[in-house]
Amino acid sequence: MQALYAQLLVGLINGSFYALLSLGLAVIFGMLNIINFAHGALYMMGAFCAYFLLNIAGIGYWWALIIAPIVVGIFGMILERTMLQWLSGLDHVYGLLLTFGIALIIQGVFQNYFGSSGLPYQIPDALRGGMNLGFMFLPIYRGWVVVFSLVICLATWFLIEKTQLGAYLRAATENPTLVRAFGINVPRMITLTYGLGVGLAALAGVLSAPINQVRPLMGADLIIVVFAVVVIGGMGSIMGSIITGFALGVIEGLTKYFYPEASNTVVFVLMVLVLLVKPTGLTGRAA
Amino acid sequence: MPELKMAEAAAAKPAEAKVLAVQDLQAWYGESHILHGINFHVNAGEVVTLLGRNGAGKTTTLKSVMGIIGKRSGSIRFENQEIIRASSDRIARMGVAFCPEERGIFASLDVRENLLLPPTVRPGGLSLDQIFDLFPNLKERLASQGTKLSGGEQQMLAIARILRTGARFLMLDEPTEGLAPVIIQQIGHTIARLKSEGFTILLVEQNFRFASTVADRYYIVEHGKVIDGFANSELSANMDKLHTYLGV
Repeated sequence: MQALYAQLLVGLINGSFYALLSLGLAVIFGMLNIINFAHGALYMMGAFCAYFLLNIAGIGYWWALIIAPIVVGIFGMILERTMLQWLSGLDHVYGLLLTFGIALIIQGVFQNYFGSSGLPYQIPDALRGGMNLGFMFLPIYRGWVVVFSLVICLATWFLIEKTQLGAYLRAATENPTLVRAFGINVPRMITLTYGLGVGLAALAGVLSAPINQVRPLMGADLIIVVFAVVVIGGMGSIMGSIITGFALGVIEGLTKYFYPEASNTVVFVLMVLVLLVKPTGLTGRAA
Repeated sequence: MPELKMAEAAAAKPAEAKVLAVQDLQAWYGESHILHGINFHVNAGEVVTLLGRNGAGKTTTLKSVMGIIGKRSGSIRFENQEIIRASSDRIARMGVAFCPEERGIFASLDVRENLLLPPTVRPGGLSLDQIFDLFPNLKERLASQGTKLSGGEQQMLAIARILRTGARFLMLDEPTEGLAPVIIQQIGHTIARLKSEGFTILLVEQNFRFASTVADRYYIVEHGKVIDGFANSELSANMDKLHTYLGV
């Protein structure tokens, strides 16, 4: 039983990253109509940003949680202003190719300077150790990642579904021309939305740094699974991407326990099944 | 007596009273040239109606004023400021409000969110109470999804949300299209009441029977040009011409 709980926890942790990343992808896709293949590279940049903050400036984990998403978010907004904005109105494939190219360049640059091996990033003192829950031993940092990710996901959901700003966002996703004709600066909103999605990816990168180490290709490995998660959940829905993210993490964890051989493929098998039955994804709206 | 001269000059030149003045407006959708030199103006407090057949360029004219047609040339002056090059969000913030033909109710927003969506551009917009006074149906349906409303309710919502913003110049594109007579009547009353409260309204209508109940002046649009114009008082004298123009 111990092993089952341990795998469930690993699943929840992976689910946290899936949820944070697919949430950002969903927000970006809704507003920019771009399938952001650079998402994994930006996630990696978040982790590296935390690493640099600590090793160059001596700034620790807690500040990195705030600073890295802002820094990488600003980097993302520059990408949007200088490149992505020119793709509006074109077919998805252009955005996909451009962001894929950006991802390769970013990862290539980091690989050039840091190789492919992982750089260590320490768990902050306050989150070291673990506690005995009776039925299992819970490393505190892992518990923190799950809870904090959940809080961030729900806060993002609240922002988009329940606030005036979110109403602008949803309306502009449907009909940007009309929203602009009401006096809202839609191009600026699009830039900020990309910054928000990218910031979520960077935040996931910081959270992941103490668990997975900081590697130039850490995002490239993850993003393929995340895209499968997005396809399963459907691009259109915020809550859908959160729930699907966590659920698939757990399913992966359970597979690791019951049938480890399939643990790397179960998400893709599910993706194929969902595509066959409901091509718009479980919670997605028809495009 | 320089002041008197100034006053005379102002009286002789009613340009100051023009809320909107459009001159030689040309517009394109991609490669197709839609407007070939539109000329008209709207004075403060007037209801002006653009009449014309389908595809004549009436909607394109409104969209050009709103700044949502990509390529346009000529001159559009709103309250004496040139807006031909302005972005649509800036035009909106100057006090131009637009109610599109397809109504543009957002499906992912409930009625309350739809109503509160357009930001305030000037002080003095209608309060929610005043809006519910005009459109009592909306109050009952605030929590409904925007597109679950009936066609008439959606039209009311589309008009109501731009009344909140404080804009005093409204452009309504076929507000009666596809609606039941009793709803058309209600919208007519609303327009009359807005006019009495000093709003300036530019209306596009196919239903000129409806237009004649609210309009001060008409312009006829054909093949992307304004080919005629007359006041409501001259309507009966122009009926024959009008039938020819509109083919009714």
